[in-house]
Amino acid sequence: MKSQIGKLLLALFTFTLISAVAPVVDAYKVGEQAADFSLKNVDGSMVSLADYKGVNGYIVVFTCNTCPYAEMYEDRIIALHNKYASQGYPVVAINPNDPSVKPGDDFASMQTRSKEKKFPFKYLFDDGQKVYPAFGATRTPHVFLLDANRYIRYIGAIDDNAQDASLVSVKYLENAIASLKAGNNPDPSETKAIGCTIKVKS
Amino acid sequence: MIYWLFSILIQGTFPKVEEHSLWITPSSDTLMVQVINYDQLKPLLHSKSDTTYVVNFWATWCAPCVQELPFFLEMDSVYHNQPFKLLLVSLDFKKDYIRKLEPFVRERKIEDHVVVLEDNRANFWIGDIDPEWSGAIPATLVYRGEKRAFFERTFHHADELHDIVKPFLNL
Repeated sequence: MKSQIGKLLLALFTFTLISAVAPVVDAYKVGEQAADFSLKNVDGSMVSLADYKGVNGYIVVFTCNTCPYAEMYEDRIIALHNKYASQGYPVVAINPNDPSVKPGDDFASMQTRSKEKKFPFKYLFDDGQKVYPAFGATRTPHVFLLDANRYIRYIGAIDDNAQDASLVSVKYLENAIASLKAGNNPDPSETKAIGCTIKVKS
Repeated sequence: MIYWLFSILIQGTFPKVEEHSLWITPSSDTLMVQVINYDQLKPLLHSKSDTTYVVNFWATWCAPCVQELPFFLEMDSVYHNQPFKLLLVSLDFKKDYIRKLEPFVRERKIEDHVVVLEDNRANFWIGDIDPEWSGAIPATLVYRGEKRAFFERTFHHADELHDIVKPFLNL
């Protein structure tokens, strides 16, 4: 009996341990439909994907104020929106970080950054951190290209050179958008890149 | 130009401004830390020797990486008599090698552990290091021979790190 309780406790402990280090289990995969969300934009309004009318898809980018990789991609994310919003693919930026862990990523700082850089896209705050785990975002920046019906068609990096935009040899995201427009599946549909962890309370 | 040559002749040294400009264009030759590509790193991630390797992927710009670094160094000092090797693979930006990485490494005297990975094929090598790694850092690989484990996570206490490395040491 005693050993059974012990085993049970061990199992419980192991389970808690596993769930503590691996929060992203049921994350979306390419081909799956993303659930819509409602998050606060820097202008104070609540924004859902359904609010975008007549679009062909969405460039959902998990990004933030503080990660050097996110900063290096900031101008490129602005350029992406300026190029593709008129083609029906707006950028939807989401800050997934917990500001109590990363002070520069609080809502007020998001508003400041958005103003300073004149973000042409919506910059949403994942308050409560419910949206990024659903997507399976693990780093900033982390891109999810959705089609008009919110099906995920591409996950990964914007391009293959974070440090120097002039040395980029493959524009993964732009290629993926071109594939969607041509009625094809993006190839590759997933890419990897170095980035900052999403900041959560330990 | 003439003034410049002249001042070298007189002072027997470069004028201050020129000396400074030498630092703006660093080359990897002047670096204390070794800069390698993935082809050079890969053998270090697959050593056949009976040594436990702890390979931490980090960068000076990554706050959680810098916070957990002392746990790795402490572990290295605890196990320095055992077949144990700590490798700190820096993913710092090229522009930071001299300005940030070198002083950081020198200050902590971790030269022997640090290599810099400079390789644009991240989409290839992240998955080659571990298929489950998304590319977020910090991340840590522990291996000994064929036994491997990969952790895309931050360690908040020395104990957490010891718990994952111990099973490799007591084979």
